Amino acid sequence: MNCERCQVRPAVVHLTEIVNNKKRTLNLCEQCAREVQAESFGIIPQMGLHNFLASLFSSQVAAHFGSAVSQGEKCPSCGLSEAQFAQSGLLGCAECYRKFSDRLDPVFRRMHGISKHTGKVPERTGGKVRLSKEIDRLKTRLREVIGREEFEEAAGIRDRIRDLEKEMAGEAD
Amino acid sequence: MSIKETVNNPHSHWMEASGPEADVVVSSRVRVARNLSISPFPHLLSESDARDIIHSVSLAIGNKEADRSRSLELVELGELAPVERQILVEKHLISPDLLEEFQKKAVVISQDEVISIMINEEDHLRLQCLLPGLQLKEAWDSINLLDDELEKTLEYAYDEELGYLTACPTNVGTGLRASVMLHLPGLVLVNRIKDVLGSVSKLGLTVRGLYGEGTEASGNLFQVSNQITMGQTEEDIINALISVTGQIVTSERAAREALLRERREHIEDRVGRAYGLLSHARIMSSEEAVRLLSDLRLGVSLKLIDIIPANLITELMVMIRPAFLVKKAGKEISPFTRDVVRANLIREKMGFK
Repeated sequence: MNCERCQVRPAVVHLTEIVNNKKRTLNLCEQCAREVQAESFGIIPQMGLHNFLASLFSSQVAAHFGSAVSQGEKCPSCGLSEAQFAQSGLLGCAECYRKFSDRLDPVFRRMHGISKHTGKVPERTGGKVRLSKEIDRLKTRLREVIGREEFEEAAGIRDRIRDLEKEMAGEAD
Repeated sequence: MSIKETVNNPHSHWMEASGPEADVVVSSRVRVARNLSISPFPHLLSESDARDIIHSVSLAIGNKEADRSRSLELVELGELAPVERQILVEKHLISPDLLEEFQKKAVVISQDEVISIMINEEDHLRLQCLLPGLQLKEAWDSINLLDDELEKTLEYAYDEELGYLTACPTNVGTGLRASVMLHLPGLVLVNRIKDVLGSVSKLGLTVRGLYGEGTEASGNLFQVSNQITMGQTEEDIINALISVTGQIVTSERAAREALLRERREHIEDRVGRAYGLLSHARIMSSEEAVRLLSDLRLGVSLKLIDIIPANLITELMVMIRPAFLVKKAGKEISPFTRDVVRANLIREKMGFK
């Protein structure tokens, strides 16, 4: 088999990259492989991703606003425009997420299958969310230990939940 | 080890072949993206704003609890020579992206080089932990702890619904990217690599060649990482990757055993030739060296060769990269001289003159 790129030298390198379930195989000679590899594992795949994002985003924009109105939208905090986002694939600041939330939401669903974070909550910034997540976690645990009839541990967990609920009520005031 | 030593010494903790499943799993990495809530993301920052971020992080790591005997040291990329910056990339302590507009960027590295924090890369902070072998849980624990300690000082951009906010929406949520670097010569040789990696990609994971060496021919090294950062807890992401890695390790070992059983002479010959060339060649390109080192690593893990420690091979994989050779030569050198310096270095490390 000859190299798919130069069609001259024999293919000795079989380059495979799999992203998003799409597999791409290139059969290359060593020289072309070196060149391709410099392109494809440097900055370019990231740009590809950004472009992909931007296109997702702009189709959302179009669907949401029709055509002309949307182009001028800017984040009030950092000044990032939709055109800039479409170009770089990067948002400008935390406020951008609020400003563009209605259009980002479907993008998250396409990308992650969901638009809700269920992981770590920062201790200080997280505040109440952290407490309520911890309470949920303990309640699940409570059901488990009751199921196993480990009542002594259940009592401990119940007390802990009570404390956290008090703490939450306190923060609400 | 200070950062000056870091750029002079090719060795790093992650290269030690001591970790679990080290015959297949070279290293484990966990990184999280974090941003400060008050400031625009790095790509919109002026140089002086970028400096403010670096300053905030330096205060946060100065806090005793964050440091914990890790001896974290911060260095601005502008303080390093170009070749030294490149060495940090070759040692996998920073990403190539950190080299662009380096005046705005800094890195914090722990003394043992296990932890690094990139400042003003795509996000304000990228916390990374890099360990040898399969140690994703350990790496996550360590990052989780450091993250908690930094958060005591830094005000993170966090949204109750969306999680940690990042410059690129592909990282939002946990901001977590966990990856393993796998050495899979057995699966490549028995021509099963495509099936195995193809099925991995159906599980929401991304597979690619080790960056900068992206082909199968260069080293048989593959990186597997999570793609989704939202809707799963950090532990779920880590556990899914551990379980898939376990399956790949099992297939790789089965492939190696089959090769030894059915093509023993071929494998022994391959390993022996790699050893011979690496020990005696006088001119060695980077591609050839990486390929031969991969064969040698296979030989070591199959116990066909017992005079070369596995960690030396991983170390050599880094030492033979261009920036290290320039550093060793002490000046800019032509590609040809580089190939000569590389061959000399390998011979010397393998105990030959």
